[in-house]
Amino acid sequence: MKSRPNWPAGLFALVWLAIVVGPLLYLVTVSLRTRAEYLGKSVWALPDALTPDNYVTVLTGGFGQYLLNNVIVTVATVAIVVLVTVPAAYAVVRNTSPFVQKGFTLLLMGLAIPAQATIIPVYLMITRMQLYDTLTAIILPTAAFALPVAMLVLVNSLRDVPRELYEAQAIDGAGPMRVLVSLVLPLARPAIMTVVVYTALNAWNGFLFPLVLTQSESSRVLTLGLWDFQGQFGTNVPALLAAVTLSVLPIFVVYLIGRRFLLSGLTAGFGK
Amino acid sequence: MSSQRPSAWYAVPAFTFFALFAALPMLLVIYLSFTAWDGLGTPALNGGENWSRLLDDAEARASVWRTLVLMVVSWLVQTPIALLIGVWAAGKQRSRAVLSSIFFLPLLLSTAAIALLWQALLEPNFGAFVGGPLFLGDPDIALYTVVLVISWQFIPFHTLLYQGAARAVPPSLYEAATIDGASRVSKFLHITLPQLRYTVVTSSVLMLVGSLTTFDTVLILTNGGPGTATRILPLHMYITGFSGFEMGYASAIAVVLVVLGTALSLAVMRWSGFRQMSSQQEGS
Repeated sequence: MKSRPNWPAGLFALVWLAIVVGPLLYLVTVSLRTRAEYLGKSVWALPDALTPDNYVTVLTGGFGQYLLNNVIVTVATVAIVVLVTVPAAYAVVRNTSPFVQKGFTLLLMGLAIPAQATIIPVYLMITRMQLYDTLTAIILPTAAFALPVAMLVLVNSLRDVPRELYEAQAIDGAGPMRVLVSLVLPLARPAIMTVVVYTALNAWNGFLFPLVLTQSESSRVLTLGLWDFQGQFGTNVPALLAAVTLSVLPIFVVYLIGRRFLLSGLTAGFGK
Repeated sequence: MSSQRPSAWYAVPAFTFFALFAALPMLLVIYLSFTAWDGLGTPALNGGENWSRLLDDAEARASVWRTLVLMVVSWLVQTPIALLIGVWAAGKQRSRAVLSSIFFLPLLLSTAAIALLWQALLEPNFGAFVGGPLFLGDPDIALYTVVLVISWQFIPFHTLLYQGAARAVPPSLYEAATIDGASRVSKFLHITLPQLRYTVVTSSVLMLVGSLTTFDTVLILTNGGPGTATRILPLHMYITGFSGFEMGYASAIAVVLVVLGTALSLAVMRWSGFRQMSSQQEGS
């Protein structure tokens, strides 16, 4: 449908563009300024020179350890979620027993539980399990709170698989394990990708569980590391913003490679 | 045939995991709200002491009020912008596709990154608005400044929801209206908005519950200050529990959070006829 350009809407979009891009430009440009220039000159003025020094400061200041911890937490969380939800979603779609169906309903009620409200009991459990201040302490609750959305996405996708496909496999004498591997896994691949992205983003950007469940530098993740940099660098805002930029970089690369997957993972279960 | 179907064991790991680390904490928090616990020793039952104290706690009441203000103002700021930008971005034009890929950039930043970025941006001496308002330092506007930061963070997410929904509106509806000579505004009001009503509900529930449980943004931006100007309910809970070491009392506040969140979701869904949504989606 061709129509004349919508000027007011276009103008509104441009204003919004400035609001979105402005702070991001600020982030990147200040991270490339010297500290002296940041303190001496308005951010609106053009800098005399750009410098990568802040990035060097950050990379030699514990950033690598935090990054590694983040990768471990994210990979482990995603692995747990995918390993337990794919067979469970298969069972929900093909097993009509009350245990499975009631369990699924209960699990979906978990969508309404705010993680914030559970931090005190989770802290109690983690300390009692002697897991306080370990990466495992972050991984366990982060994975558990990703389960409801992951199950919702997977079950919805597997419900679209025609019954005849399962039955044809059964006639061939395939056991449930083979059906899982040769039918469910390939058909659910887009849904699994959505679950991976959704879970990975939550784990990567998580703040609350690491804040409450870890303490020492060796188990610190990136988000907490950034917060800690704020105290460590004091007024060295350019270095802080370099750390912030570095923390966004991995996800930005993923966005450039697979925008569709990333966006569908973000709205997992809530949009089409 | 039944042996060809997956046994219930396939679901056991997921259910167990969820029960242990999400459902059990949910029950434990209710139990803990009836105990005194400093975070180190063993929680000891103390009857309804936390609850009677909560009823008399002026600071808790004030933080509930701030939370409500935050929720309402965030909704008022975010919904119209996300709706308009989302519908605009649903257009097929190349320019719109390019711009919307930029609009989604804030989604890539963690809450911690966004809070630190805006804190630097709004810093009164070296930030981008030197000589302007104090923003986070002014008790009268600090809460509204927090709303702006939250909106910058979450409008892209809701834009994404609206964009997806607007793309699913059948083009035939617009074509018929165009033949009838309907204006653009009238098409938006009479076709787009009614078609998006369930998305408005979904987005609003997520937005309201999201603002109710906002925590990390405020912790980093202001830690509840200046004074207690931005000490919203989840932060009040955190500070009471993890700085004041009154974990039992903090658990009572947590229970209030859960009740408010559930009531809010149910109210919005019921009030807006959300129940018909499933049948609506199956039909499309």
